Amino acid sequence: MSYKGVWILGEQEAGNVKSVSHELLKRGRALADKLGVELTAVMLGKKIAKEGLRELIYRGADRVIVIEDPALEYFLPEPYINTLEALIKRHKPEILIASATSTGRTVAPALAIRSNTGLTADCTGLDIDEESGNLIQTRPAIGGNILATIKTPNHRPQMATVRPHSNKPLDPNPDRTGHINYEFVEPTLFKSRTKRLEFRKNEEAGSNIQDAEIVIAGGKGFKKDEHFKMVHEIAALLDGAVGASRDAVDLGWATYPHQVGLSGKTISPKLYLCAGISGSVQHLAGIKTSETIVAINNDPEAQIFHVADFGIVGDLFELLPLIKQKLQAVKKA
Amino acid sequence: MKVLVPIKQVPETSNVKMDPVTGTMVRDGVEPIINPLDLYAIEEGVRLKEQVGGEVVALSMGPPKAILAIKEAIAMGCDDGVLLSDRAFAGADTWATSYVLAQAIKKIGACDLIICGERATDGDTGQVGPGIATWLDIPFVTYISKIIEIRENSLLIERMVEDGYEILEIETPCLLTVVKEINYPRLPSLRGKQRARQTENPVWGPTDIDARAKNLGLKGSPTRVVKISTPQVTRNGKLLAPKDEKEIESAVDQLIEFLQEKEIV
Repeated sequence: MSYKGVWILGEQEAGNVKSVSHELLKRGRALADKLGVELTAVMLGKKIAKEGLRELIYRGADRVIVIEDPALEYFLPEPYINTLEALIKRHKPEILIASATSTGRTVAPALAIRSNTGLTADCTGLDIDEESGNLIQTRPAIGGNILATIKTPNHRPQMATVRPHSNKPLDPNPDRTGHINYEFVEPTLFKSRTKRLEFRKNEEAGSNIQDAEIVIAGGKGFKKDEHFKMVHEIAALLDGAVGASRDAVDLGWATYPHQVGLSGKTISPKLYLCAGISGSVQHLAGIKTSETIVAINNDPEAQIFHVADFGIVGDLFELLPLIKQKLQAVKKA
Repeated sequence: MKVLVPIKQVPETSNVKMDPVTGTMVRDGVEPIINPLDLYAIEEGVRLKEQVGGEVVALSMGPPKAILAIKEAIAMGCDDGVLLSDRAFAGADTWATSYVLAQAIKKIGACDLIICGERATDGDTGQVGPGIATWLDIPFVTYISKIIEIRENSLLIERMVEDGYEILEIETPCLLTVVKEINYPRLPSLRGKQRARQTENPVWGPTDIDARAKNLGLKGSPTRVVKISTPQVTRNGKLLAPKDEKEIESAVDQLIEFLQEKEIV
């Protein structure tokens, strides 16, 4: 049996399908259409809501393969990797894409070794080579300074993780039809040498910068810890998350989960508004795929202005209070 | 406790210059450094040794000059280091790299823990750590922000994910990839540097680690880089430089309008 079909690895939380799954479906749909093959979404969980599974079909899947077991309630490497390895052996997909989330970036590398195939991390572009039918994977590397195009010519499945939020999902189409197949694997595959004892949700407001549509960030330019609260104020006004440059984190004005850039988080929000950040190569690499970038800096030569859609050269201590005030006025109106 | 720390030597990427014609990195004058995210792995290994005793060994695959990375790891407190260097290793992707490192770890012998950095700042894949664990068939977890407790045959650890922290227990021997939040890496000490100079570090090739030739380097790599391009980063956005209070006010008004146009406000 030869390898055929495009698979996406969906994700769920508490039985609800996460939106990264929908983003993957859009990517997968385009690839499957080019190849003229089926698109399959794979979902692992304890008990996954039916509506969520149907929505996967409405958003592009031809088939959903579901494996349910209490051992799959939360992500743990071994049960997930073992199960997916078994499914790959059973169905032989030619392409498998996962989201470059903490789950996807953990599962995929192990799965690639087990399946004796290549894996390309954190892709921002996927396409099909018309001549060979191979997957063409594009990803930024060396701090976003280059874009590398990568193929896996002789190994199957061709595997890639895709940067979350690097595309928008397809709108659901309730007229789309497809199959939801519940499958089973050997229960021994659920054995795990890692146990999950507890989960502490991040209660700190605005810290999930990767999922946020709006991120307001500050850097060294704020000069003092107490001034950094302006970032929080504007973020609160726009229902956004708070980001910080490496300098700001190193100075203790924000914690590491807020750090934007190569050694922190890579983000692609609808709006990235930053002040007092000059824009090192590492920082820019973390924000380049943002939809809109607004920058405020007192140095007209700051690198950040090269990537900004809207920039103001000026003193953030003058500008931010005014921006805050005007935003409040707009909100009231 | 015996801890192994696989590290990578990378170009200092904060001042990377790209050749606009060839689209490749200008390597002249670029200092090779230890992958900054590997420093946290080294530090955690050294801290564990200081707490419970044992030994920390750094290993790296790379060109001969990557011995400098091994020396620096020793200067930071590692006891020993091994370099995997051979022309046959060149051009390896993460599959072939993790294979070589796993073979070297088998040769080094029994260990309790392997600690890796979250990813390297040049390739930026984060795939080699999970790859090593898979070759060795030992449990692994990624994005570890704290080692809470060392137990008899397991570790209690904290894992940082998108929306919070998982508390996990993992059987040893195991592999962890650690995030920046885990510690503050120390600088190499003078005494450490001296010790690094005096330490003889083995350099191993394919036969030393019983590696299969077909799994090595570019030839053994399932992925192929077919094109490198320099992304166009300039967005040619609007840039305002208000001079006085009135202009500042107008600039902010324009910004708010811009945000409204984009349907953000």
